[in-house]
Amino acid sequence: MMDLSSINPILLVASIMVSATPILLAAIGEMVVEKSGVLNLGVEGMMITGAVVGFAVAVNSTSPALGFVAAALASALLALSFGLLTQFLLSNQVATGLGLTLVGLGLSSLIGKPYEGMKSPTLPKLDIPLLSDLPVVGRMLFSHDLMVYFSLALVVAVWAFLKHTRAGLILRAVGESHDSAHALGYKVVMIRLMAILFGGACAGLGGAYLSLVRVPQWTEGMTAGAGWIALAIVVFASWRPGRVAIGAYLFGGVTVLQLNLQAAGAAVPVALLSASPYLVTILVLVIISARGAHAAPASLGRPFHASS
Amino acid sequence: MADTLLSLQGLTKIYPGVIANDDVTFDIGRGEIHALLGENGAGKSTLVKMIYGLNAPDKGQMLLDGAPYKPSKPSEARQAGIAMVFQHFSLFDALDVAENVALGMETPPPMSDLARQIREVSETYGLPLDPTRTVGTLSAGERQRVEIIRCLLQNPRLLIMDEPTSVLTPQEVEILFETLRKLKAEGTSILYISHKLEEIRALCDTATILRLGKKVATCTPAETSARQLAEMMVGASFATPEAKGGKTGEVLLAVNELSLPAPGAFGTPLREVSFEVRAGEVLGIGGVAGNGQDELLAALSGERMAPAGSIILEGKDISRAGPVARRDLGVLSGPEERLGHAAAPDMSLVENGVLTAARREGMLKNGFISWGKARQFAEEVIGHFDVRTPGPGTAARALSGGNLQKFVVGREILQGPRVLVLNQPTWGVDAAAAAFIRQSILDLAAKGGAVVVISQDLDELMEVSDRFGALNEGRLSPTRPVASLDIEQIGLMMGGAHDMEVAHVDE
Repeated sequence: MMDLSSINPILLVASIMVSATPILLAAIGEMVVEKSGVLNLGVEGMMITGAVVGFAVAVNSTSPALGFVAAALASALLALSFGLLTQFLLSNQVATGLGLTLVGLGLSSLIGKPYEGMKSPTLPKLDIPLLSDLPVVGRMLFSHDLMVYFSLALVVAVWAFLKHTRAGLILRAVGESHDSAHALGYKVVMIRLMAILFGGACAGLGGAYLSLVRVPQWTEGMTAGAGWIALAIVVFASWRPGRVAIGAYLFGGVTVLQLNLQAAGAAVPVALLSASPYLVTILVLVIISARGAHAAPASLGRPFHASS
Repeated sequence: MADTLLSLQGLTKIYPGVIANDDVTFDIGRGEIHALLGENGAGKSTLVKMIYGLNAPDKGQMLLDGAPYKPSKPSEARQAGIAMVFQHFSLFDALDVAENVALGMETPPPMSDLARQIREVSETYGLPLDPTRTVGTLSAGERQRVEIIRCLLQNPRLLIMDEPTSVLTPQEVEILFETLRKLKAEGTSILYISHKLEEIRALCDTATILRLGKKVATCTPAETSARQLAEMMVGASFATPEAKGGKTGEVLLAVNELSLPAPGAFGTPLREVSFEVRAGEVLGIGGVAGNGQDELLAALSGERMAPAGSIILEGKDISRAGPVARRDLGVLSGPEERLGHAAAPDMSLVENGVLTAARREGMLKNGFISWGKARQFAEEVIGHFDVRTPGPGTAARALSGGNLQKFVVGREILQGPRVLVLNQPTWGVDAAAAAFIRQSILDLAAKGGAVVVISQDLDELMEVSDRFGALNEGRLSPTRPVASLDIEQIGLMMGGAHDMEVAHVDE
């Protein structure tokens, strides 16, 4: 029989937050990209590039902070190639995005070969005065590293940016109808390029969080589909920041829970447990999005050329 | 001239292969409503894009208040006091009215102030509008108000209006004209682009006529007859459709209380639509865009299944038959959108012919296409309907709007339909091609076909239809003989009634 008492609820919640952070970072970045009307299927490739570059830089510089910065820059650079191809040379977004994933996976295993099995410096846990000392809640919610809080702050910032700022309104307008936006004199291609860079940087941070904090070491193919889950979460979250956060935490939560259940010897086939995060996340988000408007940006994935 | 606001001097714009504007010179006075008149392709849009900073002229210059004016982007034009209401509205369906207005302004105030300002301006100029509504749910007339208010909030000195009345009911046109006259009285100049001659004669002080990129004349429209204007615009006479008046036969198509839910978030449900069309008859269906036109066409063509018993062809229930089965029975259709719905843009005319005519014209043998026959059919359409194209192998996308429209309408008519359903058969087509298409519709009816023409062009419906009905929010009014109707009654049938009281507020 399984022994549920071996699962410590405090550690469970704490590890859920750690587990959800990489997907949340990648998903919120991709959401901004899609809000601008661009579909970048290369999230997985950008994440793993971020993971390996972040790891390599952190090991060589012994500074995890520098690792995160380098990861964001490297993935943004990869995203820039996607941006140049799709926005200026008008290549097909789906094919280019898939290509980006393949390039990222290949490139990362090449860069990562010398780093296999190494240990990297990791981010210190913050010690927040008063809050960290609270019983139970302190260890659950307030004893994490900076990136956990950064990712949550980013969700709020993206929400506020899209809802309340003029730049956010312009970004949504470009994703809604690039022809109208162009007629009003907005620079559709430049705005989309900025969004693509932002999405790349976020995916890179997510990847680096995997290799520097969550695991923390480098193994080939370590993202294991996290980028694809981030993409799915954006769609099922109906392009809303709050729901993206719910989706990411749900996925992270079920992942950690099923690992705990496996360790506790639950009488459920291991394969089913391993698949459960994917199944539960998609199921819940489908139920949420089945009601009401889906609100996909109307120009999503459509190429734009200012020819008329 | 002291009271000239904007002076255009020798403006020339050359695109590869065409001279879109050739040495165009004219002045727009302060507080003047200046018409810019011309057929499709005459260069009106190119000229306006240069004034609005979307294109730069290759030669020539513009003077605003006597000073050189060279906008490199629309925001510079807006700062100089020039605003534009677009023909194909530059709006965002998923955003609300206030957000749409903010996107068109240089320095918008905070959203709460903006909502108040929108309410104020809309009351001052008699253009009722709720700033919190989502634009995708607005009627064409209301959408245009969003554009106009967006311009007015910036106190423009010159307002450019590109074909503003093409989607409005007669009552909405009256409201618009009142607003424009009010602006004129306040000293705002208006550049009014249109090809509707009566409108220009009623509204405009001066008219400049363009043909093939060149200025033909500048005249005073009130002192020039519509016929003279038309001749200057077209440059040649064209045949007007012959009078109708054949005999009508038995009922070919009967639609009984057809109801269908809306196909998408911004679609319109059909509500208990009923009508009959007889052999030899043309039924005109009017109404403002977005009141169920596309949905009705989809239900009649078989793209969407209708409830059993609601669509009857010669006594046979075809409600549950798909498009192919309906085509076999002789119910053909031509949707509004030429590229992407009526024709596949990147396929040749031969291939596009095969797409709808393969079975009726016997182009199939054991499941294989006989390309010889297909080519022959495409050439027949091109010959009969005077489609100007290098050959049947040309991609549909490469044809001009008018020529492609002649092809897609001709393709259906040559198949000898029992019932033909057309949506906007002459939308965006030049006058000569439009007259030709209308004549073919009348000829088809004279040969005993039944035709349903859905259109937003009332003049067109008056010209070709025997009976008229109007769609309003998915409901079809009772159909009435055209001979017994005047334009006022038609406007009421189109359901502009809720806008009427506003029209009289500022009289």
